[in-house]
Amino acid sequence: MQDVDAHSWDASKAALPAWSLPKDALETIALATQWPERVTREWAFEGATGKGVRVCILDSGVDPSHPSVGELESAVAISIGDDEEVVATDDTEGDVSGHGTACAGIVRQLAPEASISSVRVLGANFTGSGNVLLGGLRYAIEQGFDVINMSLSTTKKPFASILHELADSAYFRRTVLVASAHNMPVESYPWRFSSVISVGSHEEPDPLAFFYNPSPPVEFFGRGVNVEVPWVGGRTLTVSGNSFATPHISSICALLLSKHPELTPFQLKSVLYLTANNVGGGT
Amino acid sequence: MTDQPDLRAAVAAGVVGSEESHRALLNAIVEVARSIFGAKASSILLLDEATEELVFEAVVGEGEDTLLGTRFPAGTGIAGWVLATRTPLVIEDVHNDPRWSRDVAEETGYVPKGLMAAPLLHEDGALGVLSVLDRPEQSLFSLQEMELLGLFAYQAAIAVDLLLKAREAERLLDEGGGEVEVVARLATAVNALEDEQREAGFELLDHLARTLGK
Repeated sequence: MQDVDAHSWDASKAALPAWSLPKDALETIALATQWPERVTREWAFEGATGKGVRVCILDSGVDPSHPSVGELESAVAISIGDDEEVVATDDTEGDVSGHGTACAGIVRQLAPEASISSVRVLGANFTGSGNVLLGGLRYAIEQGFDVINMSLSTTKKPFASILHELADSAYFRRTVLVASAHNMPVESYPWRFSSVISVGSHEEPDPLAFFYNPSPPVEFFGRGVNVEVPWVGGRTLTVSGNSFATPHISSICALLLSKHPELTPFQLKSVLYLTANNVGGGT
Repeated sequence: MTDQPDLRAAVAAGVVGSEESHRALLNAIVEVARSIFGAKASSILLLDEATEELVFEAVVGEGEDTLLGTRFPAGTGIAGWVLATRTPLVIEDVHNDPRWSRDVAEETGYVPKGLMAAPLLHEDGALGVLSVLDRPEQSLFSLQEMELLGLFAYQAAIAVDLLLKAREAERLLDEGGGEVEVVARLATAVNALEDEQREAGFELLDHLARTLGK
């Protein structure tokens, strides 16, 4: 069992932020990679496999016994302890609905060498518990995953400000948060925050096709209709919804980061924009 | 009994209509949903927060004779995921995989080849789940259908909210006993009057309120 301090963030351990740029300090902001004149998909992720990138599926758990999913780096279940502390325990239950397995399967298919971990925030006694969702997200950020796939949201307003803080802390720690947008007329979070990559669905069959939306809050559209996915119990089903478009974009982020690990979330989002099918990609 | 909220609830219980009329509204919603999508069945599940179970509140098509009122745990399964994540989804067993059946049968009363489910969201809470089972096999799912499902779920959530408020009013009325019931009966009686009589009734109540307020 592992206790996670729900409010831990040690600023002293972080590198000093570049809050100013003296005249003689230009070399301190030299980019790790030479950017090409024109960012193309070939430069961005062609030949990438996701190797070296750690993807977290924050969901209903993942069934690693499904052949389309395979081995996980780790799997924990989140609960809230007696003193309101976030508790992460080794998850022996697997997937309580099938959804997390489907998301993991999409990542495995598109970024086959990415490392996949499961953080389960759903299950018995978890219905609509924003605390478990927040605790799970906080835990995942502390684990330093490169990409966190959140095919879920909460409508509970009291949690919005904490989620916002968490999303921003992920952004500054180089953890990319990819979250499903809502397609119903309600306010929900965290997909509306600008520090996350928000995802809606398109109907194209190409799993690597994605589009930039010039009318936010939804920023990108990924494949989300009639997608064949693994499900619990060794099944294969065809599914639709923004929650399945999200792992498509998470996978593309994993591909990008495996080829360009130095990218910050801002740069990564910029590359996504430049290589979107309706911008410069897909050609 | 002088607790103001209870008296207001009593007035509400007297005028907002019966449980039956709200249930009829839910039934109408699932009937239209089934018809629009050409589906075999449609249902509304409500969350019972006390027991963390989902309860069938309205069912049309397959299972309508047996499912009403039946319950299953809300923390697992597909409806549980939709409820907890506030996210709609569509699942189709296009391969007719027999292993698909068990938990889905528990949630639907039979084994569908596919289901669409959307959360019933009202204000910042999730009240339950709207399900549509077995659309026509020949048609691939489209985003337009997802939008339509979301609209139906939105409408259903408003109806469910009314039903829950009416139930709460009834519960307070039951707990309040005879004193509160008098207010409810008064509200019902005045509300049922027509035109001039109704006007006179309200005038009388207004005088009574002024007298009591002195």
